[in-house]
Amino acid sequence: MLRYILQRLLLIPVLLFLFSVMVFALVQAPPGDYLTSYIATLSSSGSSLDQAEIEALKAQFGLDQPVYIQYVRWIQSLLRGKLGLSLEYQRPNVELIAERIGLTLVLALSAFVFTWIVAIPLGIYSATHRNTLLDYLTTVLNYIGVATPNFMLALILMWWAYSQFGLSVTGLFSREFEQAPWSFAKVIDLLKHIWVPMIVIGMAGTARLTRVMRANLLDELNKPYMTSGRARGLSEWQLVMKYPVRLAINPLASTIGWYLPEIFSGSLIVATVMNLQNIGPLLLRSLINQDMYLAGSILLIYCFLAIIGTLLSDILLAWLDPRIRMEKT
Amino acid sequence: MPSSIKPVTQPSASSLSQEPLLRVEDLKAYFFMDEGTVRAVDGVSFDVFPGKVVGIVGESGCGKSVTMKAILQILEPSAKIISGKVTLRSRFNSLDPDSPEELVELTGLHPDSRKIRKIRGSEIALIPQEPMAAFSPVYTVGNHIIETILLHQDVSKQEARQIAIDVFRSVGISMPEQRIDSYSWELSGGLRQRAIIAMALSCNPRLLIADEPTTAIDVTTQAQILKLLRKLQEERQTSIIFITHDLGVIAQMADEVVVMYLGMVMEKGPVHTIFKDAKHPYTQALLRSIPSVQSTPRLKLPTIAGSIAHPFNRPAGCPFHPRCKHFMRGVCDASQPALAPIAEGHFVSCFLYSSESMSPVATGRQAVPATENNP
Repeated sequence: MLRYILQRLLLIPVLLFLFSVMVFALVQAPPGDYLTSYIATLSSSGSSLDQAEIEALKAQFGLDQPVYIQYVRWIQSLLRGKLGLSLEYQRPNVELIAERIGLTLVLALSAFVFTWIVAIPLGIYSATHRNTLLDYLTTVLNYIGVATPNFMLALILMWWAYSQFGLSVTGLFSREFEQAPWSFAKVIDLLKHIWVPMIVIGMAGTARLTRVMRANLLDELNKPYMTSGRARGLSEWQLVMKYPVRLAINPLASTIGWYLPEIFSGSLIVATVMNLQNIGPLLLRSLINQDMYLAGSILLIYCFLAIIGTLLSDILLAWLDPRIRMEKT
Repeated sequence: MPSSIKPVTQPSASSLSQEPLLRVEDLKAYFFMDEGTVRAVDGVSFDVFPGKVVGIVGESGCGKSVTMKAILQILEPSAKIISGKVTLRSRFNSLDPDSPEELVELTGLHPDSRKIRKIRGSEIALIPQEPMAAFSPVYTVGNHIIETILLHQDVSKQEARQIAIDVFRSVGISMPEQRIDSYSWELSGGLRQRAIIAMALSCNPRLLIADEPTTAIDVTTQAQILKLLRKLQEERQTSIIFITHDLGVIAQMADEVVVMYLGMVMEKGPVHTIFKDAKHPYTQALLRSIPSVQSTPRLKLPTIAGSIAHPFNRPAGCPFHPRCKHFMRGVCDASQPALAPIAEGHFVSCFLYSSESMSPVATGRQAVPATENNP
């Protein structure tokens, strides 16, 4: 098992290299570059740059170099841990991301925990009380949850909270705390605000996970080991919690792999709509402005998370299921 | 449910063995499905005496397994016990051979009540059909057995483990200390079967229900397992209800035989009577279709004509009449023969042996012309 994990860890740099090429190619793919969009912005506001200034900026950003040189320069700065310089902000990308990564993580993890804490008990209830009123209700809510785009839900919640209670549920902080340094009061303020985006971001995932949990559990509830357990005198509750739930959770563990990066990228539109200061809006803005080093760096982090998530779910699965653990590698 | 429990003072040893350990009276369990009602068990009665093996035979789908699940009250949610009574002589303390007893009416207990859960596993234990599927793949076999012991006995985890190891040894598993920590899928078929038997025996039950325990294993291992069960049964004086479709196994194992067809008892009696002097046409047909080493080679094995009726479309009258050689029009398809004694301990449900065959008891079911069922 240890050898297997080590192999997987050694594979990460190789995968990251491949992804970096792909990410760079994608970010470069739209016509023009940062300067073209910069000049367009300037001219729309009435001012303009002369040719000499443009050439100077081009040289400064390295945009006059061939694409592969640009890639090599980006990789060099990545290897130094700097992630390059943002063209738009004229600041190291690493600073820009660091400013927002904390909130991104807090938001993503709280949405993740919310999803699991709600979905698993709900799925268990739904499966063990199959075809009862509450099961049907859960099913209907799940379909609505899966079918509603989360930015839509965000808009509805914002409108509802404002029209009914005059509350603004956007942002993660009250106005007075937005620029304030971290303090206990600011954390309390964050907790007051975080639950709405947490529910919005976690909603679709919760609905999907509940469905998966219910289906997995229904498969397990008819297995002969249930009959055998009942015949040994176990109570229904002991039996369900120890045997089928344990097995029904296994497939869920394997979804963590794609679930982690999805929470990061999935919050992009919601975060923009709700004005959340996490990485989502930063990525959107960098893509619009063709701030390629910033966009590339953020996308590469997503790739990294996907790799780590897959590895984590594989390890978790091996830990949960002895049949996988004991397989000879 | 105190009304269903009658405390019994300890009777003398001689009268004890006369009393059945388990009595099943006119048990009916139906499945209620969207497509209709399936009368899986439709009036089954039999007694299990202490230290005796009762074999229940019948083709697949005749309600053998459902009867067992109904006794233990572990039926699927779609199935319900309609009527009938199951009474067990239950010990107060399953570890004490001289424990006082009480009569418990199992059918009167709620399926998830503490009382019946206490009986499951410690008084009546089940040896299920497929040992592979009966163990959860993510827990060791020892984990299952220790769990059962802890559930029924007041012992520590360490003691429970020791009991599990001892019972592993008693069913002939070598290196029990190591095997107990294996997963079911790491064991061979024979070992798995022994582990399941060990689990059933771990709480010292007086009645074992073996539900086709040898179907999943090869013939050689099958013989060993049957020998083991026979040995354990004699040592511990356990009663066994042995469910099988294999009459050869019945001959080897059983003292009493109950022949079932479509949820009903066709014939029951002592094993030698059933094999030497079967009365019911169905039992006779079953016996004819046993392959024998002495039979003429290259001769087709006799089979029972026709096939089992569809569960939603049971024939009226005697359920076996569409396949019966001795079918009597207007009698067999008109009503259902009662299970009646024809000799000491020998019961048959057939109009051929019924004095009132000319005046059948109307059951109110619509008669279906036999030609339609038996073209």
